[in-house]
Amino acid sequence: MNFPEIQSKANAEWKDLWEGDKPLILVGLATCGIAAGGNATMEAIKAELTRHGIEANVIAVGCIGMCYLEPLVDIVKPGRPRISYSHVTKEKVPELIEDYLLNDNPRPDLALGTIGEGSVEGIPKFWELPMLKPQVRIALHNCGTIAPENIYHYIAQGGYSGLSKALGMSQEDIISEMEKSGLRGRGGAGFPTWRKWKEANRNKATPKFVVCNADEGDPGAFMDRSVLEGDPHAVLEGMALAGYAIGTPNGYIYCRAEYPLAVKRLNIAIQQAKELNLLGENIQGSEFSFDVQIMQGAGAFVCGEGSALMYSIEGKRGMPRVRPPRSVESGLWGLPTSLNNVETFANVPSIIVKGGDWFAGYGTETGKGTKTFALTGKINRPGLIEVPMGITLREIVYDIGGGIPEDKPFKAMQTGGPSGGCLPTDLLDTPVDFESLAKAGSIMGSGGMVIVDTDTCMVDIALYFLSFCVEESCGKCVPCREGLPLMLDILERITKGEGEPEDIDRLKDLGETIKAGALCGLGTSAPNPVLTSIRYFREEWEAHIHDKRCPAMVCKDLFHYEILSKRCVACHRCLWSCPTKAITGHSLEAPVINEARCTRCGTCVTVCPAKVSPIAKYTGKGIVTSSEPQALEEVTVHG
Amino acid sequence: MNTAVELKDQIREIIEHLRGQQIVLIPALQAVQEKFGYLPPEAFEEVGGLAGASANTVYGVASFYSQFRFVKPGEHIIKVCLGTACHVCGSSRIVDALELELAIKEGETTEDEKFSLESVRCFGSCALAPVMVVDDEVYGSVTGPKALDIIKKYQ
Repeated sequence: MNFPEIQSKANAEWKDLWEGDKPLILVGLATCGIAAGGNATMEAIKAELTRHGIEANVIAVGCIGMCYLEPLVDIVKPGRPRISYSHVTKEKVPELIEDYLLNDNPRPDLALGTIGEGSVEGIPKFWELPMLKPQVRIALHNCGTIAPENIYHYIAQGGYSGLSKALGMSQEDIISEMEKSGLRGRGGAGFPTWRKWKEANRNKATPKFVVCNADEGDPGAFMDRSVLEGDPHAVLEGMALAGYAIGTPNGYIYCRAEYPLAVKRLNIAIQQAKELNLLGENIQGSEFSFDVQIMQGAGAFVCGEGSALMYSIEGKRGMPRVRPPRSVESGLWGLPTSLNNVETFANVPSIIVKGGDWFAGYGTETGKGTKTFALTGKINRPGLIEVPMGITLREIVYDIGGGIPEDKPFKAMQTGGPSGGCLPTDLLDTPVDFESLAKAGSIMGSGGMVIVDTDTCMVDIALYFLSFCVEESCGKCVPCREGLPLMLDILERITKGEGEPEDIDRLKDLGETIKAGALCGLGTSAPNPVLTSIRYFREEWEAHIHDKRCPAMVCKDLFHYEILSKRCVACHRCLWSCPTKAITGHSLEAPVINEARCTRCGTCVTVCPAKVSPIAKYTGKGIVTSSEPQALEEVTVHG
Repeated sequence: MNTAVELKDQIREIIEHLRGQQIVLIPALQAVQEKFGYLPPEAFEEVGGLAGASANTVYGVASFYSQFRFVKPGEHIIKVCLGTACHVCGSSRIVDALELELAIKEGETTEDEKFSLESVRCFGSCALAPVMVVDDEVYGSVTGPKALDIIKKYQ
């Protein structure tokens, strides 16, 4: 089949699916949907359809981004718009199928919104919902709509038409279209994609390589996973376009081992694309051949760094090397290599089809297009979002994220993972682009955004990221290998109440030295979380050092629990569940916590049934900093 | 119980499909671990033989990556996510509770070889934080007491 024939077959299948006479049911089955019980929902739907003798098409789709509403199920009834339903657990399936498919009651109470043309009374428009309105979907435009394991769905949505168009274009034209788009690397560094391709194109050494960095090791980030699971062909097409532009048939995807579903779907996608000659030898009868191989990572954060990643593919330890030479000159096996991130590749097909100017119409002067972020932590609507560059952090946290649970105050946003920084409330109006975030002391990073509230200790979170980097340091260069553990020692002392007044200056000194001297991106950015935390939350550091107090009451050596007898109903649940038997007492009396045995695990707080918990936290010299005003009064009583 | 010779034959068979491939060493180690749950010492020489590297080099590579285990894990592997989102939502308390209950430290296996306790940095299921995975089953919004209930199912 030639491409137009493939397209018409795909379009016919798509039309039949969406506009045919059978209902269509889409179930979100990315990792997040599966973890929320999506597979059980899928089974229940099939069972219900059989039970009622209803003929319908049921397909598994990727993640539309709203992880907090999983399992998500969309139903398209003939002649009706697509309706998206949230929290469709297997228990809810029978009533939904019966009410909507049999009795034509669209159950507005369970519905989230309608997608596409037409409307249903009582159900809002999906893309008009507050969390979706500010979003623009380019990299994620297919996620949640197409079946990722069916290439015809991707093609029906315009897939592979970029590659087909490119086969009639020159390499220079493609690179210049990329230049017009202004697309910069979405892995974090923000290097202009077109420039990388141009340099790789100019380099005449052979063979050359196109490598996709899918080693999303940044904890708290899952953008790449969602793209690979929801729309794997977009990445493959982007890679093929890169291969065409730089002139190579060799493509590799380095995918982290923790993403088995992504690897499975990629393998299926590669196989399907080869069968239709959209990958492989002489693609669509042209001179151009392109093949993609998958290499699974083995769990090393540093392998997200370009040179380390390539060593890892070669079967070596993933230790970065000094640059230059850059990888476009000497990359995989010492040969010219263009390395781009998953999201970067996923943007490319749309740019080639719709033009660079269209893409550049979104975003800011220096940051064009959109960026995906994984919004997590203490936020009402965690999930995956895609927003135009230049949107403010405030819009992301409050409009899209819905603010902080229990209306607690926002404290900080951590961007860029272990290489990034914590930004406080007064920087909430910072626009999201490479330069603004760098100016604030953080980085754009690959797109992890972790929101923390007042229950999070900024010293503890700095300690968390630093210990992550200490563990993940490859050990090659001295500043990172020796310097980071020195910083960690100081931090551990501070959280144990053994901090010294000079510690803050020591940390800043060490941090700046490591930033100046380390070899790769991991080392030069590892001190960032500590340095920004000191810069914006110095009071909290001083409380730990001078008053031996943890205001957020997280550092275990700096707070303790007490049971306030006046509020306790003496149910003794805490006593029975305490894993260290630190709670003792007689029946009908409030139990007492033996501080020496208590490990501050918080089990007592979790099992306590009282509305106003009688278990109070104390920190520092008899001071309670509970956010609850009533507890503060109690403290005065306790003295 | 396999003898060392049988074990070596078995390993050779597992990695044979990688012969002549461009990328051999790490996929071979992954294949061996997939089969045995860990890397027996015999694996290094065999993988080295196929990849054209010394057993020493292979061990050097294997020990660099956190995916590889060098001791046999328990029947069920409990992985607690210590990614950022899980951390701020209190996943270290899950580890504490499990360590106390199972009387092992993170990275260890119980004496009856029933459970291994591991921590990982992010499964990418951050919206369900804190997350715990037993074998391949993912559990979201886990607390210390809930973790203890979950592992009862596997006892």
